[in-house]
Amino acid sequence: MSEQIGNVWVFIEQEGGKIADVSLELVSKGTELAAKLGVSVEAVLLGSNVGNCCDTLFQYGCKKVYLADDPRLEPFTVLPFAKVIMDLIKEYKPNILLFGATMKGRELAPRVASEKLAGLTADCTDLRIDDFDDKVNKKFYKNKLMQIRPAFGGNIIATIVNTWDDPQMVTVREGVMKMVEPDPSAKGEVVKVDVALTAEETVVKVIERMRQDKTVNLKGAQIIVAGGYGVGSAENFKLIRELAQVLGGEVGASRAAVDAGWIDHDHQVGQTGVTVRPKLYIACGISGSVQHCAGMSDSKKIIAINTDPAAPIFSVAHYGIVGDLNQVIPMMIKAYKAKA
Amino acid sequence: MSYTIIVFVKQVPDTQNITGQAMKPDGTVNRQALPAIFNPEDLNALELALQLKDRYQAKVTVATMGPPAAAEVLRNALFRGADDAVLLTDRAFAGADTLATSYALSKCASKIGKFDLILCGRQAIDGDTAQVGPQIAEKLKLPQISYVEEVLELTETSVKARRAIEGGYEILESPTPALFTVVDANEPRPENAIRIMKYKKAKTKSELAASKTSTYVGGESVAEDLETKAAKGLLIREWSAADVEADPGRIGFAGSPTKVKQIQSVVLTAGDYKAVEATEAGVSNLIHELIEDHTLG
Repeated sequence: MSEQIGNVWVFIEQEGGKIADVSLELVSKGTELAAKLGVSVEAVLLGSNVGNCCDTLFQYGCKKVYLADDPRLEPFTVLPFAKVIMDLIKEYKPNILLFGATMKGRELAPRVASEKLAGLTADCTDLRIDDFDDKVNKKFYKNKLMQIRPAFGGNIIATIVNTWDDPQMVTVREGVMKMVEPDPSAKGEVVKVDVALTAEETVVKVIERMRQDKTVNLKGAQIIVAGGYGVGSAENFKLIRELAQVLGGEVGASRAAVDAGWIDHDHQVGQTGVTVRPKLYIACGISGSVQHCAGMSDSKKIIAINTDPAAPIFSVAHYGIVGDLNQVIPMMIKAYKAKA
Repeated sequence: MSYTIIVFVKQVPDTQNITGQAMKPDGTVNRQALPAIFNPEDLNALELALQLKDRYQAKVTVATMGPPAAAEVLRNALFRGADDAVLLTDRAFAGADTLATSYALSKCASKIGKFDLILCGRQAIDGDTAQVGPQIAEKLKLPQISYVEEVLELTETSVKARRAIEGGYEILESPTPALFTVVDANEPRPENAIRIMKYKKAKTKSELAASKTSTYVGGESVAEDLETKAAKGLLIREWSAADVEADPGRIGFAGSPTKVKQIQSVVLTAGDYKAVEATEAGVSNLIHELIEDHTLG
């Protein structure tokens, strides 16, 4: 059987013509999956005046960009986006369709999957091509997308397979796939898409919109000093900030510290926050729930500071300091200033 | 004008507080060992509906798909202020992924009848997918507004809501009927003591039948009891797949395109571990080591 399979598509998320990192991470991963399948990776780009994004997408590995450029596609709303993507799927029949597990991706992908009657796996942390032997239904599937995601509050890792018609759809967490180095000489083809919208898809109006770019760049940080519930108060976070500043790093936080209102959600590391893999992660007063560890355990070096020697954070740490962060952090600052 | 609001809720295992006992020796999760709770963001959806009921006149119907025991969350919703409840339960629904679940719930909404709004929590803590809300909206061809924090205005034909977006918020206007997914942006009201007294007697048909066989005392039949309960507003409607006219090929395992190939438990290990003394000397040596191996610049 030599049926031609479709290509690997990546939904490109952009804000004001700036491509989201997660989309480039997915183009990078998509290139790898496409190579394995002997197909190519292609981008689906929607917005208004976003044609200038195409070159970047080619540089990261896209062979083709489906460009839907229309004022009605800015700002992002679900219904028109879903319609345009659905029309494209029907026409070009991709094999795989990747979305970032961002707020936009997580509301758009299910709408598309529902209409296409396709399977959709949320928040994947890894993707692989492999065969699937479905013993229950006695069917063998060649070269399927293995959709790997944490489940049950991060306590288990499940591998999911979509056994129905293509495309195999997933959303993928930000920061988990590695971005390739762009190739400045790479070129590709732009396919202009006719945007056919009816009144039905444009019923939801954006009356007001307020947004700011994130001021915290956890994903790009080489050093992260993160505080948890053990920090004790918003006031005490000063110590975390000070250590981060001295070491030239960013400030991270566990969900418990964010929920307590001591620090903004933008700083949250873990399953419901950002996934990070810095050179050095210093966990201060963080007990180390599986949800938190899922977002930082790939860090190259992890130092855990906690008063409780039984805290689970010590099981992922490379260096453990059992002690009070209020004493240990000043010692670290002093030692660093003395050596550096 | 009185509005009709459907709130879809889910009973979930409390995955946020997993203890050692909840993990089986083979590393899988023992669902039975976890307390079953009202999915947190579904409580926010219910609260939003009840606020609308307070502000305008509205009838709030709460519905869930689950095993017979899921009637517990419906009663809890009645304690907090919901007007009536529907339990969608059938063995044929078992093994459903989000596509099959949203199909079943969309059929349930259609059977409930005309409505102005459907509210769902953004996501359930057992799967964290956030897919079922948008998929119900698509199945019913409704506009969807995700991540709703607050409803600013509801009229007979439209709704205006504030919702979270990455790095900010938006105010959107949509015609009704519409579907919202609701985030943790309000404080769910507690159960009301007077309503508990009344609605603790609210039961599903199966619960009534079970109580008849176990503690049979009176002479009346289940059918009579059902009528009495219904007259008092204490009957939780219980619907099967056939009751909502669901296509058997689109529900449960058969209606689910995604299959679980493998489950692994999470084992966190760092490899090398070095204990560092919480002393000036210990910390100083650590910093020295990190500078030596270029972790610190």
